[in-house]
Parts: sequence; C-alpha cells; structure tokens
Amino acid sequence: MTGPAIRISNLATRFGDVWIHKGVDLDVERGELVSLVGGSGSGKTTLLRMVVGLLLPDAGTIEIFGEPLFGGGVARERALRQRFGVLFQHGALFSAFNVYDNIAFPLRELKRYDEDAIHDLVMLKLSMVELLPRHGKLMPAELSGGMVKRVALARALALEPELLLLDEPTAGLDPDRSDSFVRLIRMLSEELGLTVMLVTHDLDTLAALSTRVAVLAEQRILAYGTTDEIIQIDHPFIRNFFLSERSVRALQNSRPAAVPH
Amino acid sequence: MSVARIEVIVREGGRIVRLSGRWTLATTSRRVAALADELGRIADPSSSWDCLDVEAIDSAGAMLLWRAWGRSMPADLSIKPEHWRVFERIDHADHEPREAITPISPLHAVMVLGSAVIGVGRHLVDFVALIGQFGLNLIHVLRHPEDLPRREISANLYKSGVRAMPVTALVGFLIGVVLSYLSALQLKQFGADIFIVNIIGLGIVRELGPVLVAILVAGRSGSAMTAQLGVMRVTEEIDALATMGVPRGLRLIFPKVAALTIALPLLVLWSTAIALVGGMVSAQLQLDISYGFFFQTLPRVVPAANLWIGLAKGAVFGMFVALVACHFGLRVRPNTESLSSNTTAAVVSAITVVIVIDAVFAIATRSIGLPG
Repeated sequence: MTGPAIRISNLATRFGDVWIHKGVDLDVERGELVSLVGGSGSGKTTLLRMVVGLLLPDAGTIEIFGEPLFGGGVARERALRQRFGVLFQHGALFSAFNVYDNIAFPLRELKRYDEDAIHDLVMLKLSMVELLPRHGKLMPAELSGGMVKRVALARALALEPELLLLDEPTAGLDPDRSDSFVRLIRMLSEELGLTVMLVTHDLDTLAALSTRVAVLAEQRILAYGTTDEIIQIDHPFIRNFFLSERSVRALQNSRPAAVPH
Repeated sequence: MSVARIEVIVREGGRIVRLSGRWTLATTSRRVAALADELGRIADPSSSWDCLDVEAIDSAGAMLLWRAWGRSMPADLSIKPEHWRVFERIDHADHEPREAITPISPLHAVMVLGSAVIGVGRHLVDFVALIGQFGLNLIHVLRHPEDLPRREISANLYKSGVRAMPVTALVGFLIGVVLSYLSALQLKQFGADIFIVNIIGLGIVRELGPVLVAILVAGRSGSAMTAQLGVMRVTEEIDALATMGVPRGLRLIFPKVAALTIALPLLVLWSTAIALVGGMVSAQLQLDISYGFFFQTLPRVVPAANLWIGLAKGAVFGMFVALVACHFGLRVRPNTESLSSNTTAAVVSAITVVIVIDAVFAIATRSIGLPG
C-alpha cells in the first residue's frame, strides 16, 4: 500500500494539430489534496477525464494506485474503478432516478447488499453530505445547484473510494454555498482519509482545500508544490493567476465567503 | 490485502469478539451475507467487542457491524478513536425507516382507469389549446406579414421536406411495384389486364400515396420535432425565448406546423408520381402493358378530383403530424425518461391520428372522384 495514488508520466495529447499536453508528469501522493489549475483551454478537464479513463492520451501512461486503467480483464478494471469516485461539474445525476436511487445505484450494481442494507447506507451517505432523508424522494430536476453537487458527492462516495476526483466542485455555486461545500469536502476527506484531485479555477476553493497545487500551462506541469511555493515562481501565468489583487485577498483570507464576487 | 477476520474467545460471564483485518467495502462486499450471518450468531448483549486490531474500516464495514449489533453501539466496545468516529457518524445519521410498500388497494383498478381518463382529457384540452394557439398565430401572421418567421419555415421545409425525398421515393417506388405485381397475378386469371391502371392509379393517388408519406414523415420529422422541443425544454431554451419576449407559439410551433402543412402535399405528389412509375414498370414486365397505354389510360380512369383529395389529405396530415409532435414536445419534463416516452407517444399518436383522419376523409369524400 505504498506509492502514489495517481502517477501520470510523460503524457501527451493532441486535438487535431494542436498539442494540448506534451510531457505531463504528475504524482499525487496518498492523502494529498491536489488542485490542478491552469488557464481556460489548458486541458485541465481533459487531463482529469484521462485519469478516470474517459479519454485516452495519445502517448504516456496513467497509473492509479500503481495499476494501469485498462487491460487485465473486466473484473480488474471494475475493481480499480470502484476505488475512485468522480464528481462531475454538473453533477451528472441520472435524471430518471430520484436522489435515493441515484445514491443507491452503485451499491445495487455490486449485487452484494440487500435492500435493507442499501437503505441504511444511503441514509448514511445523505447525512454525510448534510441532506435529510426526505430529500431522497426528490428528482434531480427539483434540486438546487448546491444540492445537486451534494447528491453527486454522496453518489461518488457510495462505494467508499480512496480517491476522489472533482471537476470544478464549486463552479456555479454562490460564495456561501461554495464555502460550505468546500468545508464538507475537506471534512469528509479528513475523516475518510481520501486522496483528492480537483480541477478548479476558483482561488477560494483552491486556497481552502488544497495541500498542493499543480499548475498546468505551456502543455506541461509548470509547477507543483504548496501554494506558498507556487507564488514564489516568476511566470506570467502564475503572476496573473495568483498575484492579482483579488487573488491576493483570497489567499490572505483563505476563507472563501469573505471574498465578494 | 488482509481480509476482515472474526475471532471469538469464550470466557466466564460472556465472550470476547476480537475483530481484525480490513473492514472495508472492498474486502467485505464479496462475502457480506456470510459475515452478517456470522456476526448475527455471535452478537448478543453480553459479548464484548475488541476492535483494536482492525487496520481500516469504512462506512460499509462499520454499517455491517452496527447492524449486527442491533442498530446501536454495544456497551462493551474497545476501538481506536479514529474508527470510533466512523461509528459515531453512523449512529448520528438520520435513520428513517424504510417505507413499507403499500399494498394494492381493491380500488386500484378504478383509480388507474380514472387517472387514465383524466389524463386523456388533459391531453385533449391541451391539444385543442395548441390548435387554437396555432389559429391565433395564423391570424396574427396574416394581419402582420412582417412577423412571418420565414427563415424557420424555410429551414423546416428543407429538413422535413427536401431531406425526406429520397426515402419517400424509394418506399413509393417499391410499393408501386409490389401493388402492381400482386394485382397483375389476380387480373391475369380473369383476363382483365387493362384494369391494372385503374387499381394502381386510384389506389396510389387517392389512398396509399398520402397515407404512406404521412406515416413516414410522422416517424421521421414528428419524432425529431418532439425531441427538439423536449430538449429545448430540458435545457431551458424555451424559457430563455420567453424571457426575450419571443412568443414560443409563433417561433417554434407555427413554423413547424406551417412547413409540414406545405411540405407534405408536395411529398405526396412526388412519391405518388414515383409509385405510379414503379407500378407502370411492373405492369409492363408482368402484363405487357406499354408505357404509352398506361399514360393514355390513367387520366381517363382516375378523375383529377382524386389527386386533389390526395393533396388535401396530405396537407391535413402534415398539419396534424406537426401539431401532435409539438404537443408532446411541450409536455417533456426535464428527465431522460420523459423525453423518450413522449417521443414514442408522439409518433404512435401521430400515426393513429393520420389513420383516423384518413377514415374521416374516406367517408366524407365517398361520392367524389369515384367512377360509377
């Protein structure tokens, strides 16, 4: 049980003639909360989608817990995928299921638990993301943006993952909701000992959540370290991203709600 | 990876259950029923539980134990503090009991029937409202021609008319061939070869052409319209139009209905012509009826009124196919299930409506254009 949770080595991606990534190397150690930042169009979300196996890189390898994502039979691939949970930007809840069935879905797919046990587990997940049992009956279309994220988080946590991947976890939430959602993620990741990798361009989220920051620019990982280390680096993108007036305030406060948008 | 292990030590005054290994979903889910059984057998209030050797525990593993303990924490439990937190979370969670499945009441059948009737009634009311809205839009456009959504109508004409030409031609031609071939077999026996022109001409121009095209278009364009309106509802595009003050009736529904009302008669004309060619070819091959004879006889045995009836049918079919498609498209609720069921309902209803209208036409025009 040693080695990094995610190891990306020498990864390259190309869309048509444009190279998105060229020689991307990144190790995410267990227990870390790593934020991936970069300008829009720098391929952050693409990289995240490759880590979870939705896209294939043109070159290079990705290993999760020391294992490749593909190959070795359906059972192995499936077992590996149960070790990580993904929170999509818009939740990606199944619109035909209510909240309860959305969270129960991965547990039912295991075909190991009876409905009573699933019920207890779903109730537990709901309370973990600070929702009430009665919310289980709501349909995804009836949920507010913040609740969609919470339900999606509960579903991502249903199979007790060791690794959580978040795509823009606070995009589209108001500062107050975003603050409480960030607190929830941090609390859960501490309690459950999760490794977290998130894509964000919200500095408040970044400052509040991450133990390390990876900057994706110029088609590679430009810098990887703690927020304080990153700020020291003299590079146009980093200056722009971290040292604008607004950013400095966010980093000083390290308290998301305090920054007016 | 070490699995979940249970060890029972019997002492005077009770027993000690010592748990060790990893109690996680990954290690327990494979034999969750067996573990639950074993725990259930040894769990009694006098047991004391020693969980200090447990390497890792997650909510799924903890839940397994908690359920074996009778949904509460045992009195005598030694556990690592970080694992205690997992149990604490389970113990504090809101455990609303599962809702029992309510038995079907004896009045269930009546309720189903009642809600079906109410549902049909609601559909009819909405559909009549939609027709009314279309009528109002039509009057508005006639009085303010500058409001006519020309581009949308043109786009819809192209999509549901021009793009449908190959498939309607193919189907029309084949139907013409088949109909002519089958009739020829029968007519030969009676030596009534020349009546093939009457059968093909009347059958295709008056009946088969319009109905066939309407059914094809209902499946092709009707489903597309329903899906488009449905997705626009799901993505709130219709709401966006409304907030910009763009009336959805005039912008979304009127062009579709108008375009299909225009396109369908044209498609009827097109595919009828091709079906007649198919019939003609087949008749020539089977019965040696020359193309010249076919051309000369056709207008004599099939009065022009039949063509007008066919085209009128086409226009009415087109209007109703589009109206039905829009009706169901506007009923889509924002989930995938509703989208698929409404698209299905739109196509099935459109085809049914086409056949019902065809029957009405058949009765209403029974004394027009028929010889003798």
